Amino acid sequence: MNALELRLVWTGITAAWRKEILAYFATPLAYLFIAIFLFCVGVFTWDVSGFFDTGAADLSPFFYWHPWMYLLFMPALSMRLWSEESERGTRELLLSLPVSLPGLVIGKLLAAWTVAGVALLFTLPWWLAVNYLGPADNSAIILSYFVSWIMALAYLSLGSVVSALTTSSVIAFVLGTVGGFLLTAAGWPLVTSNISALFGPIAADLVAQFSFLTHFETAQRGVLELRSVVYFLSFVAIMVAANTLLIAYRRSGRR
Amino acid sequence: MLEVNALSKSYLSRPAVAGVSFEIAQGEVVGFLGQNGAGKSTTMRMIAGVLDPDEGDARLLGKSILTERNDAQRHIGYLPEGAPLYLEMTPRSHLRFLADCLGLTQSERREATDRVIADSRISAVADQPISSLSKGYRRRVSLAGALLNDPPVLLLDEPLDGLDPIQKRAVRALIARMAPDKAILISTHTLEDVGMMCSRVLIVDHGQIVADDTPTALAARSNGGLESTFVDLVSTEDPRL
Repeated sequence: MNALELRLVWTGITAAWRKEILAYFATPLAYLFIAIFLFCVGVFTWDVSGFFDTGAADLSPFFYWHPWMYLLFMPALSMRLWSEESERGTRELLLSLPVSLPGLVIGKLLAAWTVAGVALLFTLPWWLAVNYLGPADNSAIILSYFVSWIMALAYLSLGSVVSALTTSSVIAFVLGTVGGFLLTAAGWPLVTSNISALFGPIAADLVAQFSFLTHFETAQRGVLELRSVVYFLSFVAIMVAANTLLIAYRRSGRR
Repeated sequence: MLEVNALSKSYLSRPAVAGVSFEIAQGEVVGFLGQNGAGKSTTMRMIAGVLDPDEGDARLLGKSILTERNDAQRHIGYLPEGAPLYLEMTPRSHLRFLADCLGLTQSERREATDRVIADSRISAVADQPISSLSKGYRRRVSLAGALLNDPPVLLLDEPLDGLDPIQKRAVRALIARMAPDKAILISTHTLEDVGMMCSRVLIVDHGQIVADDTPTALAARSNGGLESTFVDLVSTEDPRL
């Protein structure tokens, strides 16, 4: 890739990021997303997990729910990224512009990731509250926030791909949620124990290695495993490539 | 400025465009006439790089839309069918997004946006949400987007659709003003518009060009003028069937 191509990609990223951020915050979408996300995470952390009953000054009851929350909330953010372009006919306008497709795909994805990051930022007072309650393992908390945000990008990248498959935002949401559920549940003890009973522990371990849950759990323990970060980033790279190919494929005129 | 060579496209083995070739030079305003489904929009999409042809190529100022897509697209202003827009944006922010995609600098962007807002007569609504605008204003916002980088080649798919007579007159005047510096291809159903705007007419039927002449010469081919000539040249069978 030469300097001119890189510049085209960068132009695409910045143009699409700015446009999508405007779209999220010019409508109630981002505000509703952040409010409902904070409410649900709050209910599950403080009420369902009984945060105050644990007697420990840590945020593990909070991070425990992240993958399960993301599998519902991230498709809600990503569902319109490409389906709406098809539905409105603006995809034709985008394809007529001298701009890099991978740049547009990355820019849109980064905009959705920014909104997810803002939602996470609003949970920082809980971190302060935990430190107020007692000595907390702040390095584990920082690591969990970092990996959680990267995991959110992985869910969003999957949602962006399914959004490129359909003209309906609702269908994109449903498909994104189903896909996210499969990638989450693959590491759930209930699923891995059944796979182990049916196909043996090696098969169970192999399936669990493809789960977001497995790779996020190591971070929750305060351990930064390079392979987990590589896993999430590789997943995102594959999804971005698939997303770009799907949009480019529309140029063929085939449905 | 625009060379179209044997463009062909089929959908499910039914030819939509079959070997269309033509050239448009600077200063020409060419009307692209045909029934619904005759292949006008498909041809425009292929020239704009939105749709890949099965065969053939289009060159814009010598740049191939197939092998030098980005370079070729820099020379095109394209108004797609239906004038799609980002409804939650204002005309100004919509134009800013297009300018960002074109890689314009801040000062170029400001200058270009102000120019096309004035040319398209949308100053009064430039900061209102597009969703609140009438069909006529939306069409003009789309047209402003197509003119943003002052491209030498304009592809306008039904540019006058949805405009009232006063707005139509203003757009015709804008096209006439730009015409000497550009090659313009206008798809339309309205024969009256062709007579008023175009220096040349291409009539397309079942994906093929069946006539290429001036409006006056085409009108002289039959007693009933351009409309009679058009009816004589195109098949009465619906091309979509």
